[in-house]
Formats: sequence, C-alpha cells, structure tokens
Amino acid sequence: MNQDKKQVELLHKNYLNSLKIEKRWVRFYQAIIFIVFFSGWEILSRNQWIDPLIFSSPSKIWNLLLSKIQDGSLMTDLGVTLTETILGFLLGTLAGTILAAILWWSPMLSKIFDPYLVILNAMPKVALGPVLIVALTPGYPSIITMGAIISVIITTIVVYTSFKEVDPNYLKVLQTFGATRFQCFKEAILPASFPTIISALKVNVGLSWVGVIVGEFLVSSKGLGYMIIYGFQVFNFTLVFLSLLVIAVFATIMYQLVDLLEKKLIKE
Amino acid sequence: MSFLQVQDIHHTYFTKATATTALSNISFTVEEGEFVSLLGPSGCGKTTLLSIISSLLKPTQGEILLQGKPVSPSKNDVGYMLQQDYLFPWKTIEENILLGLKLSNQLNDKTKAAALQLLQQIGLAGVEKQLPKQLSGGMRQRAALVRTLSTEPKLLMLDEPFSALDYQTKLKLEDLVSQTLDEYSKTAILVTHDIGEAIAMSDRVFLLSSKPGRIYKIFEMPEELRKLSPFEARNHEAYQTIFQTIWKELESLEPR
Repeated sequence: MNQDKKQVELLHKNYLNSLKIEKRWVRFYQAIIFIVFFSGWEILSRNQWIDPLIFSSPSKIWNLLLSKIQDGSLMTDLGVTLTETILGFLLGTLAGTILAAILWWSPMLSKIFDPYLVILNAMPKVALGPVLIVALTPGYPSIITMGAIISVIITTIVVYTSFKEVDPNYLKVLQTFGATRFQCFKEAILPASFPTIISALKVNVGLSWVGVIVGEFLVSSKGLGYMIIYGFQVFNFTLVFLSLLVIAVFATIMYQLVDLLEKKLIKE
Repeated sequence: MSFLQVQDIHHTYFTKATATTALSNISFTVEEGEFVSLLGPSGCGKTTLLSIISSLLKPTQGEILLQGKPVSPSKNDVGYMLQQDYLFPWKTIEENILLGLKLSNQLNDKTKAAALQLLQQIGLAGVEKQLPKQLSGGMRQRAALVRTLSTEPKLLMLDEPFSALDYQTKLKLEDLVSQTLDEYSKTAILVTHDIGEAIAMSDRVFLLSSKPGRIYKIFEMPEELRKLSPFEARNHEAYQTIFQTIWKELESLEPR
C-alpha cells in the first residue's frame, strides 16, 4: 500500500518535472526569436544590407530612448497618449455596454436602431477624424473621442448579442419570484454577460490605440502618434521605430491588465 | 371553494405563419395539500399550462383563482421548479437560496435562518459557501427546491424536476420532495411524462391529450398508494394495475 503511494508520488513528480522542462524550452525559443530578431536587425543595418536611414537600428533606437528619457520628452508624449488611450478605451466600453443595456431594455428601440447599428459598424470610424477635430477643437477631446468612437459600436453589438443569449430559464426563475426587469438585468443578464464584456475589453484595447494614434496623426501636436508623424516628416525613422516599440510595450501591458481583471472577475 | 380553480383556459400561440392552439377548454380544481400530476405526450401544452397557472404567461382566455383571488407573481404565491436546477453559477448556494427572499424584499434574519434551516433539513448542511458547480446534480436540484420553498409559496409547480437526473438520484429525490411537501402541507402540481413518477407521487393524475391540449381523463390514485412514499408505492401491487391502465390510455392517445 505504502509502496503504491510512493510510486504515485514519484510519477507525479516526474509529471511536474516534464511540465517544467517543456516550459523552459518554450521560454528558450521565445528568447531565441527575440535575440535573433534584434541582433539580426542590428547586423543588417550596420553592414548596410538594409538602408539604415529607413530601417534605423536597435542601438540607435536604444540611444534615442535613453536621451529622450533623460530630457523627459518621452514621458510627456507617453503620458499624453496613455491618458487618451485609457480614457477612450473606458469611455468606449462603458458607452457600448450602456447602449447595449438600453437596447435590451426596449425591444422596440432595438428593432428601430438595428439598421443604423449595421451602418455605423460597417463605416470606418477613423474617417470621422477630420470632422471630430473641427467640431471638438484639436486636442484631448477630439482624440479621446476617436479612441472611444472606434470601439463603441462593436461593443454595443457584441454585448447586446450576449444579453439576448442568456438562457431564458434564468429569467423564468427570477420572474417566478416576481422580479422586475431591472432586477432581471442586475441578477442574471449582466453577470451572465461578464465573460463577453471582458473579451470585448480585450478587443477594445487594440482598437483604442488605433483611434488615438490616428487622432494624433491628424492633430499633430503631441503624443506617440505625433512622434511617428513628425519622424516621418523629418525623415527620422529612429524616432518612428522608438515610438512603435513604446506603443507595443504599453499596449501589451494594458492587455495583460485586462487579462488580470478577467481572472479576478471570473472566478472559474 | 377549492384552493386552486383553473377555469376554462384556452391558449393560442401566434407566429407569422400559424396560430397554434396549445390548450383548449382546461378546467379543474385542486384542493389544499393535494398533489396533482399532469401527464401527457410531449407537445400537449403541459409546460404552457404551468406557466399560465403561475401567471408567467397570460392565457388567451380563462382565469386562474388561488383561494378565490387571481394569481400575481409579485406576491410569491406560486413557486416554480424547472427541469434543471438553474442555480446561478456565479452565486454561492447561500446567495442562490436567498434570491427569492431578496427579490421580494422579505430577506431578514428570520427568513434567512428558516431558509438555511431548510437547507440543512434537506441534507445540504455545510455547502452554503460553495458554488453550484461544486455540487452533484441531485444536490443542485435539492438546493433549487430550497430556493423555491424559501419564499413559502402557497402552490408549487414542478416542471419535470427529476428528468435530468440519473435514475437512483431521481428515486431518492422523489421521496425527499414528497416528504418535504407533506411536512409543510404544500399543494403541488407536477408535470411529467413518466407514468411511474406520476403514480408514485400524486393523489390525482390528469391525463392530457395533445393538439390542442385538453384534459382527457382523470385518475384518482387508490388510498393505499397515497399513504406510501413514492419509493414504496412503486413496489405496491396496486401500482402495477394502475400503471397498466394509464399506459393503455396513453397508447390510445398516440398519433398513428
């Protein structure tokens, strides 16, 4: 009996070990890709196999990063863009969820607005940029609106669909207890749709960055998007790549934060 | 006056293409403390009838009177148990069983204690803080029963509550439900397509015919079966006789 238990423990240990080894290999290859990519880029650029003027090189970008951190200009631009993106992202998701709730509340409204939602969803929202900038003055308001408007319609559609797909038997249970429509929403519809709302959040992280960067392209006064457009205009592609890499890092961080939120909210 | 009066219920469902009459000319009465089963082929409008009696659905014609007054959902007159437990997966068992009380603003220390007491009595002590998915199917359906009973409904609707369970759990749960209902002298209406279950649990069995649903025949269960628990009733000799009778009637209803 004791022998058996030991045997099982040993097998379990082996299993855990194999998992650990597999994970190590995955990390190893990930590191390899990273190193090969950046050192390859550096080598190609140094030897002029690719045009260093256009493709820059990791060392140049690194040096620019350090100098821009020292003079504080990167922090300002990053701060501006991050604020705009986070606000746009939150506004877009919140407004989308509220709109979805209104549509769920009134089936009549949802029927009326159905074709308009389809049109709005199909339309490229960034095309509204020039109008927004003129209407809301160039600056934070118009850029944040861009970040929000790009995600609001798709959020509305996705969340509304998930509201409608909640098992009607949950509502039946609530109705037998005499629940009001608001109670049905609060007790069943909304919590049952949390997973969908979270996955909408994940999509919206990416969309908000698009909206904000395009907004900054158009307004061209500060922010990471401005850095890109400025670098392009003065033909300083080191600046462009620096901005791109910073965006990549922070977009990933935001995505990871939403992922963390998901694990917190959905206890499964 | 009878406890529950179902008066001349007609119900028709409308779609773009068709108007389907689900129920036609349904009238019956149920006395207080009685257990009645609605038995019939699928599509005979059993669930529709339950929904109408519990006022979730307004009938095209007819009236339901509970103790002489129309039924209203806001008063928690009627408790409803569904085919599956439909416990909310994101709520703990405690939150689930207190849901009805919370929604009708009856949640206080006394009603809460009563609900928890009932949970214990039904054999689910110590699961209050667990989530529904940590419980087995039978345990979940028992928790759902506690949720239904917690608001002290006068009338209980059981919409095939045992159909999703395995046979052994089903037999055990039949006994438990029957015993619990007796204890609190609740009136109940069970919808089922299981002849045995209807016989074992009920005082009377209503056989419905389909398309449109109407009451085809009413069977009074013999006194000796009523006294027994469902499990014992299944082993009684009178059970077989009445099973055969109902079986034949049900056969004759089957569309050929």
